Amino acid sequence: MALLEIRNLHVKVENHEILKGIDLTINAGEVHSIMGPNGSGKSTLAQVLARRENFQVTQGEVLYDGKDLLAMKPEEAACEGVFLAFQYPVEIPGISNAYFLRSALNAVRKYRGEDELDAMDFIPMFKKKMKLLDMDDKLMNRSVNEGFSGGEKKRNEILQMAVLEPKLAILDETDSGLDIDALKIVANGVNALRSPERAMVVVTHYQRLLNYIVPDYVHVLVDGRIVKSGGKELALKLEDKGYSWVEAEATA
Amino acid sequence: MSNVATTSRELGNYLEAFTEFAKRAPGQNQGWLRKLREDAFAYFCEVGFPTTHDEDWRFTNVSAIAQTAFRLPPEAVNVSAEQVEPFRLGGAACELVFVNGRFDPKLSSVNSLPKGVSAGSLAEEIRRDPKPLERYLGQYLNTQRDVFCALNTAFLEDGAYVHIGRGTVLEAPIYLLFVTTAGEAPVMTHPRNLIIAEEDSQATVVEDYVSLGAGVAFSNAATELVAGEHTVLSHYLIEREHTDAYNVSTLRLQQGRSASVASHSVLLGGGLVRNNVHPVLAGEGADCLINGLFIGNGHQHMDNYMLVEHASPHCASRQFYNGILDGHSRGVFHGRIIVHKEAQKTDAKQTNRNLLLSDDAQIDTKPQLEIYADDVKCTHGATIGQIEEDELFYLRSRGIDEPAARRLLLYAFASECLERMKPGPVRARIEELVNEWLFHTEPGSPEPGNAAQERALHWEEVG
Ligand SMILES: Nc1ncnc2c1ncn2[C@@H]1O[C@H](COP(=O)(O)OP(=O)(O)O)[C@@H](O)[C@H]1O
Ligand SMILES: [Mg+2]
Repeated sequence: MALLEIRNLHVKVENHEILKGIDLTINAGEVHSIMGPNGSGKSTLAQVLARRENFQVTQGEVLYDGKDLLAMKPEEAACEGVFLAFQYPVEIPGISNAYFLRSALNAVRKYRGEDELDAMDFIPMFKKKMKLLDMDDKLMNRSVNEGFSGGEKKRNEILQMAVLEPKLAILDETDSGLDIDALKIVANGVNALRSPERAMVVVTHYQRLLNYIVPDYVHVLVDGRIVKSGGKELALKLEDKGYSWVEAEATA
Repeated sequence: MSNVATTSRELGNYLEAFTEFAKRAPGQNQGWLRKLREDAFAYFCEVGFPTTHDEDWRFTNVSAIAQTAFRLPPEAVNVSAEQVEPFRLGGAACELVFVNGRFDPKLSSVNSLPKGVSAGSLAEEIRRDPKPLERYLGQYLNTQRDVFCALNTAFLEDGAYVHIGRGTVLEAPIYLLFVTTAGEAPVMTHPRNLIIAEEDSQATVVEDYVSLGAGVAFSNAATELVAGEHTVLSHYLIEREHTDAYNVSTLRLQQGRSASVASHSVLLGGGLVRNNVHPVLAGEGADCLINGLFIGNGHQHMDNYMLVEHASPHCASRQFYNGILDGHSRGVFHGRIIVHKEAQKTDAKQTNRNLLLSDDAQIDTKPQLEIYADDVKCTHGATIGQIEEDELFYLRSRGIDEPAARRLLLYAFASECLERMKPGPVRARIEELVNEWLFHTEPGSPEPGNAAQERALHWEEVG
């Protein structure tokens, strides 16, 4: 059974159709990249999978681990192992990053029937993961993402992923705003989580990230449809020829 | 009569009460004190209760207070230590308990006060040694402009008298607990506090208003706090009476040169609440923090009237009020700043933020700046909003369920105010109360919003 199976997914926002029939099958252990021009619907797809409620699914279905993903609330999807690294991580004043992370971890553990962790258990664990991402300890006592640099926010997303250990991780333009050093660190963090039980969807506009997180499959999303799918060489071709090439081919 | 809300029948009720009161009021043999009461009562009779035509009362209708025949409380009401126990603040330097406005020595403890600090009953002080009080009592509250202050002064009987001697540093808070016992007939109390902090002293005073039992009651409190030169003072007001209660309180701060004062107001209970905070920055280089949190639900009405007067150069004032309103509750924030002509280099800031949790909750927020000096910095801002959808989604996308995510965001909003309070027993108690009020948790329960405590946990030191 596939880990994720998207069939003929149509999505509207404010009466405007954004996804116009997506079909996509992802197996555990695979890394898929979704590429496409700005505004093609990549973030919409990512957020629908994370169950953001202001998108309206008008047709189609999504099976996750054999279950109806579209019937889940965001917190249920998260507890079932779906994780979205946000393109624009949200700042939450007044909640410390440490408290947020621990609340998230304990919510997920509780759902899975595991014991909640106390400070003595989670602090060493967080510290280890932060080290992997070369993150400053001080970020833990600050409010969630508040005053973080672009790179710090993206690392914080990957840290959350590392702590929550999802089965399906969707990274939405995690590369944007990162310099090459930060990009390598983030890619390292992501690669450390690659495993046969876990699938990843790497959404990006540019090919560079894929040099470091090498995908098994690449899909090109244009105007709400997957117009082309292939192996990692497709990304290089896109880099070379630009999106106009597939767009032209798609409309031909 | 200029005022339609107060009829002669209602005034008649106060006249009767005042005539009775004048026979037994402490210090009536002191001409100045008798005159203070009589003048205040005359002003009250002249103008009556305000109506919503009065600019300062535009958003708050007090006709329910005006139309109720309140009586002064009976002489002796027996309240046991057990009844008061749940309210007490641990870790205080002393606890003064007032039952229906009168000091109750049995319930109070003043044992651990250091040298240089005295705290006790104002009525006793008036009987013991009234002369030195003349300099302060009624000298700061405006009893010829504010009807409720006038009424409080007319019925001035008891409350706390606190004196912090020169150079004295008192770390633990002075805790004042005002208990109203509601009965069959509506009672009114007029607690009057006088707090004098001499030069270079430091102290914290907490006023906590609570109810024993339901029933209509009217607390009309007034505090004059005189902060001498170079003092550092914190004042806390906690209003957590029954929703049948009316509570009007006025804090008048008089700040000397370089005096630094923080006023923290936490409004949780009471049906109709008016919280007046009136600092006058009279000495050069003084600063004040006016911090407040009001949490309304049901049909509660919470009105915060700030009047910050800059009367000297180089003074700074910071006002931050956050409101959380649910149900049909209504909040008011009226932030008035007056910068007098001589108050050059004033730095005044005002922020009022509000969260409306239901469609029927309402907030009126009004800044009012009157600036007569030319070299000043004055800023103000107000926001009214709901819980942010993107913040909620972010938390939920990490597995935190919706109710818990909402609680976290609410507590975070409240903690903006809590974090301006100095860590210690008062803040810890207020955090507990805010949790109780917001989430109906039992006292002492750790859930749900311990983000602030978590923050205090030193990440670097553990693990
Ligand atoms: N909340 C929204 N309301 C209206 N239109 C939206 C909203 N979110 C996205 N869109 C529109 O949907 C389209 C796809 O957006 P998005 O999924 O963010 O694309 P991508 O991530 O590929 O850049 C764009 O045309 C965008 O303007
Ligand atoms: Mg996008």
